[in-house]
Amino acid sequence: MISIISNRKSRPFVIRKKILGAAIVSITFLAAAMVITIALVMLGHFLIKGIPNISWEFLSQAPRNNNTEGGIFPAIYGTTFLVLTMALLGVPVGTATAVYLTEYAKQNSLFARSVRFGVNTLAGVPSIVFGLFGVGFFVHFIGSGIDGVLGNTSSVWGQPALIWAAATLAVLTLPVVIVSVEEALRAVPRELREASLALGATKWQTVWRIVLPNSMTGILTGSILAVGRGAGEVAPIIFVGAVYSLPELPSKITDQFMHLGYHLFVLATQSPDVEAAMPKQYATTIVLLMLTFILNFTATFIRSRIRNKK
Amino acid sequence: MAKDNPIKLRTENFNVYYGSKRALHNVSTEIQANKVVAFIGPSGCGKSTFLRSMNRMNDLIDTFRSEGEIEIDGLNIYDKSVDVVQLRNRVGMVFQKSIPFPKSIYENVAFGLRLAGKISKSEIDGIIEQSLKRAALWDEIKDRLNDSAMGLSGGQQQRLCIARAIAVNPEILLMDEPCSALDPISTAKVEELIAELKVDYTIVIVTHNMQQAARVSDYTGFFYMGNMVEFDRTRTIFTSPSKKETEDYITGRFG
Repeated sequence: MISIISNRKSRPFVIRKKILGAAIVSITFLAAAMVITIALVMLGHFLIKGIPNISWEFLSQAPRNNNTEGGIFPAIYGTTFLVLTMALLGVPVGTATAVYLTEYAKQNSLFARSVRFGVNTLAGVPSIVFGLFGVGFFVHFIGSGIDGVLGNTSSVWGQPALIWAAATLAVLTLPVVIVSVEEALRAVPRELREASLALGATKWQTVWRIVLPNSMTGILTGSILAVGRGAGEVAPIIFVGAVYSLPELPSKITDQFMHLGYHLFVLATQSPDVEAAMPKQYATTIVLLMLTFILNFTATFIRSRIRNKK
Repeated sequence: MAKDNPIKLRTENFNVYYGSKRALHNVSTEIQANKVVAFIGPSGCGKSTFLRSMNRMNDLIDTFRSEGEIEIDGLNIYDKSVDVVQLRNRVGMVFQKSIPFPKSIYENVAFGLRLAGKISKSEIDGIIEQSLKRAALWDEIKDRLNDSAMGLSGGQQQRLCIARAIAVNPEILLMDEPCSALDPISTAKVEELIAELKVDYTIVIVTHNMQQAARVSDYTGFFYMGNMVEFDRTRTIFTSPSKKETEDYITGRFG
């Protein structure tokens, strides 16, 4: 039997096929190995160059002498203030949208499909475009509008500020929140909703007392993912409120702010003394990486626990 | 058993469609107050659809459409003026897959009571104790009311769901295969409970288990392919059914 099968095709043909197979395995393996290598080299490079330059002083002090001395505390503070404000603005809107889509909208209604189209569009817009949108819409339209209504003679709201940067990032991260929350809401068993409705609960009482409490972890995951994404974005905020340096920390939402990602850009491109700024640059990179990594790992961990529970 | 009670629920040529598929054909029946009525029949025969039409749970299905009437105390529950929330307050339901809310035992029973608005703690406490006693669960769990309901056994969970349903004091209690996931001992407890509860409630139960229908019900309806083939006193259905299909089904010749 075996000899009959192997004799059906000529030997060189079989050998060619084997070589081709082996070549494909090698090429795909090399590509995969390259991905690991790049990740390791990048991480290793930053860790080796960055870790020795991180000190308590670096984390707790303001930069001095054109960013060649001191630390990055204002940037850490500004980034934290920014992403928390962003979460406060974006998570309620995203959650409400997800609730509407899963609980109220008819699945294939024109409106529901339009919302989904909107979510996908937002997710695909380059982040710099959000920055331009932020200046035009939030700063000039909304901000100046508020000044007009309040009768301010000089710009209070109608200038780049933390609140507008947070709003811009909230729009940018809206798809992340919506998708995460939607997934969590859909994971709530139908039986729980039915039991609640059968006891005489209204639709809203069911959503508020049963569905939302049972999706808290999903809402949390969405928020953390959004914060992780928002913390790493620089392009959208450079027109909308992030600045090179500040004499003091922002205390109001209409203040401007320093930001880790933007600070990195400033260190890398705007320093008069490149050699002196280099260690600060590496150390800042580590802080930014740690911040986004920790947020993403936490979110992934919570999400995998929800999936396992289903 | 022989004594007739006033009519609590009556249906008149009731039809259900899911999209273009007709699930119930001209079902007409009368259910007396404080009786236990069982609906039996093979899977997909429409008995659950009929049950879930009585508290309008089928409204949740997008493609659901009904024709004809279901009257409770003479009032058509599919009338435009009927408030579904109020209807469900009057017509409670116990499901086949009884998952308690992931809350404490206490909060599970309190859930329905809090929906209606402000209610005092002492009032809630009283109703909870009474409902759990009615559901024959009080003695087993009175010391751990604040424990999670998810820690209860399957049979206890189902009795908790019964307590939860009767806490809001409905007039009719619908039970959709309430024992299909329970072991024989838990099943016996629930069946005992049904017999006790009919003093206060009109009970409609859907079951796959013919022996169960024979044990617990006063009246039995046999459903087949969306039709109510026969509806009569349970003893009549099981000893001398008038329709051939009913006899074939209860003697196990099909289904």
